[in-house]
Amino acid sequence: MSDTISEIKSGGEASLAKKYSQLLARQGILVAFVLFLVVFSIFSDRFLSTDNFMTVIRQASIIGTIAIGVTIVVIGGNLDLSVGSLLSFCTVLVVDLHDKIGPTGAIGLMLVFALLIGAINGYLIGYLKLNSLIVTLGMLSAIQGITLIYTGGQNVDIQNQEGTWFAFFGRGYLWGIAVPVLIFLGLALIAEFVLKATTYGRKVFSVGGNPAAAVFSGLRRNRMVFSTYLLSAFTTACAAIILGSRVMGSQNNVGQGYELLVLAGVILGGTSLLGGSGSITRTIIGVLILSFIQNGLLLLGYPYYAQWLVTWAVIILAVWLDIASTRGKIFTSFS
Amino acid sequence: MATLAHKAKSLVIEQPIWLFVAACIVVFSLSTEHFLDIGNFKNILVQTSTIGLIALGLTFIMINGNIDLSVGAVLALAACLAVDLQSSIGIPLAVTVGLLSGVVLGALNGLVVWKTGVDAFIVTLGAMIGVRGLVFVYTEEQSFYATDFAYADFGTSSIAGIPTLALLFVVLAALMHWILSRSVHGRNTYAVGGNRQAAIDAGIRVGPHMVINFMIGGFFAALAGVTLSTQMGAATPNLGRDFELWAITAIVLGGTKLTGGAGSIVGTLGGVIAIGILRNGMNLLQVPSFYVLVIMGTILIAVLFIDRQVNRNAEQELNV
Amino acid sequence: MNNLDSIENYGVHEAGTAPILSLEGITKTFPPSVVALDGVSFGVHSGEVHALLGENGAGKSTLMKVLAGIHKADAGEIYLEGRPIKMENPMDAKHQGILLIHQELSLVPEMTVAENIFLGYLPRKWPNRVDWKKLYGDADAILKRLKCNFSAKDKVSKLSIAKKHMVEIARALVFTPKIVVFDEPTASLTDTEKFVLFDVIHDLKAQGVAIVYISHRMDEIFTLSDRITVLRDGGYRGTVETKETDEDEITRLMIGRSLDTSRNIDTAQFGDKVLEVKNLSCGSLFQDISFSIRKGEVVGMYGLVGAGRTEIAETLFGLRTPTGGEVLLDGKRLDITNTTDAVRNGLALVPENRKEQGLVLGMSCRDNITMAVLQHVSSAGVLSRAQESNIYDKYAEELAIKSPSGAQKVGNLSGGNQQKVVIGKWLATHPKVLILDEPTRGIDVGSKSEIHKLIRQLAKSGYAVLVISSEMPEVLGVSDRILAMYNGRINGEFLDSEVTEDDLVRAISFEQKGQL
Repeated sequence: MSDTISEIKSGGEASLAKKYSQLLARQGILVAFVLFLVVFSIFSDRFLSTDNFMTVIRQASIIGTIAIGVTIVVIGGNLDLSVGSLLSFCTVLVVDLHDKIGPTGAIGLMLVFALLIGAINGYLIGYLKLNSLIVTLGMLSAIQGITLIYTGGQNVDIQNQEGTWFAFFGRGYLWGIAVPVLIFLGLALIAEFVLKATTYGRKVFSVGGNPAAAVFSGLRRNRMVFSTYLLSAFTTACAAIILGSRVMGSQNNVGQGYELLVLAGVILGGTSLLGGSGSITRTIIGVLILSFIQNGLLLLGYPYYAQWLVTWAVIILAVWLDIASTRGKIFTSFS
Repeated sequence: MATLAHKAKSLVIEQPIWLFVAACIVVFSLSTEHFLDIGNFKNILVQTSTIGLIALGLTFIMINGNIDLSVGAVLALAACLAVDLQSSIGIPLAVTVGLLSGVVLGALNGLVVWKTGVDAFIVTLGAMIGVRGLVFVYTEEQSFYATDFAYADFGTSSIAGIPTLALLFVVLAALMHWILSRSVHGRNTYAVGGNRQAAIDAGIRVGPHMVINFMIGGFFAALAGVTLSTQMGAATPNLGRDFELWAITAIVLGGTKLTGGAGSIVGTLGGVIAIGILRNGMNLLQVPSFYVLVIMGTILIAVLFIDRQVNRNAEQELNV
Repeated sequence: MNNLDSIENYGVHEAGTAPILSLEGITKTFPPSVVALDGVSFGVHSGEVHALLGENGAGKSTLMKVLAGIHKADAGEIYLEGRPIKMENPMDAKHQGILLIHQELSLVPEMTVAENIFLGYLPRKWPNRVDWKKLYGDADAILKRLKCNFSAKDKVSKLSIAKKHMVEIARALVFTPKIVVFDEPTASLTDTEKFVLFDVIHDLKAQGVAIVYISHRMDEIFTLSDRITVLRDGGYRGTVETKETDEDEITRLMIGRSLDTSRNIDTAQFGDKVLEVKNLSCGSLFQDISFSIRKGEVVGMYGLVGAGRTEIAETLFGLRTPTGGEVLLDGKRLDITNTTDAVRNGLALVPENRKEQGLVLGMSCRDNITMAVLQHVSSAGVLSRAQESNIYDKYAEELAIKSPSGAQKVGNLSGGNQQKVVIGKWLATHPKVLILDEPTRGIDVGSKSEIHKLIRQLAKSGYAVLVISSEMPEVLGVSDRILAMYNGRINGEFLDSEVTEDDLVRAISFEQKGQL
C-alpha cells in the first residue's frame, strides 16, 4: 500500500516537472514576445506608446475576431480554411446591401447567409463526416466564385458615407476606445466564458480531445461540430461588419489569404490542430504577437513583407518548443 | 485485347476520375464546336502544365503522408529569380538558380518536418507565408520582364507540332510515374505513408526519405514557376497564389489520400486533366470564370463524399 | 510446490548445451506505476520450440517487444550465444537474427504481398530500380512453401485478415533467422492455415532455428512445443518440459491457484428482469442473441476475440443498428439509435478500449467523470465547479481513485485508476444496466482484484451488470451466470456454481448445444 502511494507521489512529481517544463515552453513564447517588445522599444521611441498599442490592437481586431470562431472549430478537432473567402463574401454583401435596403436589413441578411454557409460546412463535416481540410478548401473556392458572381467582378462601395450609422462599427469610438477593439475583445470575452464555463464549451473540448470517447459518453459529435462552424461563420460575419464599415466599400477579394493569417495566430497561441486543447486568450496573444511584429518591423523601417518572414520562423519555433517539451527531447528520434 | 479491357476496367474502378474525364469530353464535344480540335487539346495540355507540374511533385509528398502548402510561393520565387537574374548571368544560369531555390526550400521544409516533428501542415503553412514574404522583399513588389526574347519564345515553342511545355509535362509525368511505381524510392514512398512504424521497423530511413520527397516537390514547384514565366515573358510577386489549393484539389480528385499511403501519378494526371478540361470546356461554352470556381469547389466536395460512400464498410462502422 | 522448485533452474536444458538466447532479470515498468515485467528470466535453445504462456496482461507481449528492440528494458540483460547484446531499436534485433512476427499487423496496405514480405529489403538493380523478377520469384517461392492460395502480386489491402497474417509469417522465411518469435500467430487463422504454419515451424526447427511461440491455446502448445515457460502478472512462474506436464499443472502455474471460485449463489436474491434481449442480430457480426439480466445480477459473457461480444455491447448502446430482434428495459421496448438515447435510458458502457473510447486523456479526472452528467452539474448551461467537485470527490472516495487531485490529467494515472474514472463516470449517471467490456485489460494485478470486488459490490447495490471478458478467472470470479459466445452466437449458458473450466473452453471453441 505504501508502495503504491510513493509511486503515485513520484508520478505526481514527475508530472509536476513536466508541467513546469511545459509551462516554460509556453512562456517561452511570451518571453520571446517580451523580448520583441523590448528590442522594438529600444530602437523606436514611438513603439511603446499607448497610441501605438491601441493602433496595433485595432489592426488585429479583424483577424482576431475571425480567429475566435476558428479557435472553437480547431478545439473541436477540425479546420476552417473557408473564412477568408467568407470574409470577402460577407463584406461585399453587407456593403452592397447597405445602399439597397439600409444598414439593419443589410446586416441581418448578411448574417443569415453567413450562417447558411457555416451550416453547409457544419453539415458536410459534422454529419457527413467528410475531411474538414478538403471540404473547407472546396468551400473557399466556391464562396470566392459566389462572391465574384454576385458582384460581377466589380468592387462595391457605400455612396452616402457621412449619413449612416453603419460607420460606427469600423470608425466609431465608445468610452475613448475604438469600436472594432470593443467588438473584438467583447466577443473574445464571451467566447472564453462559453468555452471554459459552460456545458457547451466542455462538450467542444471533449469532442475535439477524443471524438470516440465523447460519443461513447453520450455526447453528440455531429451536432457539436456543426455548431462550431456556425460560430466561426458568425465571428467571420462580425469581422466583415467591422471591415466593411471601416473601408465603407469592399474589393471582391478582400479576405484572400486571411484564413492563413488567422490560422497562424491560432497555432502561435498554442492551440493544437489535433483538437481538444487551446483557449481564446492564447489565440489573442498569438494574433497580437503577429500584429506587434508587423507594427514593430514597420516602425524600424523594414519593408512591409518582412513581417511574413518573421512569422514563418516564429510559428515553427513556437510549435516546435511546445512539442519538444511534451516529448522531452529537442529532436525526433527516428532516422 | 482482353487484358486491355481488363486494364481499362480496373482503371475506372480504382480511378473513377478518368470516367469523369471521359464524361466531360463527351459533354463538351457535343455542346461546343471546337472542343475536339487537336489545337484545343494542345491548349488544354499547356494550360494545365503549370498546376500539373506542381501536382507531380506534391503527389510524392502526399503519398508520403505529408503536405506542402508552400508550393505556390516557391513557384513565385523561382519565377522571379529566373526572370530577374537572366539579364546579369544569362538564361541557363538564371533558370538553374531558380530551380535550385525550389530544391533548397524543399530540403528546408523536409528537414524541419523530420527533425522537429512539427506537422508538415504547420511547417509548410509557415513557409507559405514566409516564402511569399521573401518574394515580396526580393522583388520590392515589382514585376520583372524577360529581357531576352529567347526566354518567352521557349514558352510558345513547339517540337514536331506539339507545344514544348505540353511535351515537357507529359515526359516528366511519365518519368515520375515510373519512379513512383517501379523504383525502390517510389515503393518506399508508399511504405512510409501507409505505415510509418512498419517502414521504420523495416529499416527504411524515413527521415532522409521524406526530405528527398520534399526536395522533389520543391523542384517541380520551381520548374512550374519557370515554365509559367516563359509563357508570360514575365514574373510577378503574386504569381502562383492559390495554386497549392488547385494542385491539392487535382491530387485528391485523382484518388490520393490525405492520410498518405495511397495514390498514383496516373490518378493525379486524371485530376489535373479533369480540371483543365472543365475550365477549357466551360470557357468555350462561355461560362463566366466565376462559375468555374463554384463548380470546382462543389466537385471537390462531391468526390470526397462519393469516395467515402464507396469505400466505407457499413457493417464495421459505428454510429458515431 | 515441489514441482515448482524443481523447475526453477530455467537456464539449464541439457547438460553441456548453453541456450542460444537467454534473458536474465528483465524488468520493465510503464510510467507511472504499471510493472509489466518483474525480473523475468528464461532461455531458448537452437532447434527448440519454446512456448511462452500466460494470461492476457501477464507480460508475454511486453517481454517479446523487449526482445525485439521495440521496448527498452529498465533492468536485466539479454545474451545471444553467450554474449550480452544491446538493442536500441527493431533493426538491431533484426541484425542479430531475432525476428518478431507481430500480433498487430505491420503491413503496408497499398503495396503488394511481395513488397510487404521484402519491406526494407527490396532487391535492387542499377540505378534505383526494383528487381521485380527476383522480387516476385522469391516471394512466390515463399508463398508456395506456405501453401498460400493468393498471388505475390496481390495488393495487401484486398486480402482477408487471415491472409494478411500469412504475409506477416512469410517474413520469417526471407532470411534464416536465429530466433523467431511468433506472437499469437493463429488468432485469426483457419485450421488449414494453422497446420501449414505448424509445418513451417517444424521446418524452421529442423534447420536449427530457435522458436518462441506465444499463445494461450493449450492444445496448440501441447502439439507444438518442447518446453513451456509460464508468466503471471509480469513475473516468471516456471519452465516445464512439455512431455512431463499436463494441462492441470500449466493452468495452476498460469492462474496461481486452482479454479475454485464458485460462490453460493442464492438466485432468490435477484430482483426483476431489468434488461431483456430477444433474438438480437446484427448482420454477420452476431445472430439471434437472447438473454436477460436481473437486478443485482452479474452476467458474464465469455468468448474469444472476434466472437461478437463487443459488437453486442455496442449495439445495446446505440452504436450499431441491429438488423433484427428487440431489447426490453424494465419490460418496455427500447428504441435506441444513438448513445445519447442509451445514456438517457439508463444504460452505461465501460468500453473495451479505455484510452481510445473511454477517456479524453488530455482532460482532468474531474472533467472526465462529469462528462456524461453535464446537465446535472450546471444551471442554464453554466457549469458549477463546486457541483463538479462534489461528484468527483464522491466517486473518488467511493471507488478509491488514487489521484493527487481532481485537476490531475487522467492520462497521468495508472491503468487501474483510469478505469475507475470511467466506471465513476457511469455511476454518476445512476444507470440501471452497467456493461463492462474487458474491464481489467492492461491493468496491474492489484487493481484488477479491486475492480472485481467493485463489480460485485455494484451488483449487490442493485445494478444489473454485464461483464464481457476473455479471461476465464475473471468471468468465473465475478459472474453469477455465464454466457459463452462462439462465432456470433450464444453457445452455452452456465450457472457459475455449476460450470467447470472444461465446459467453458469447449463452449467457446466448438459449435454445440447449450446446457442449463
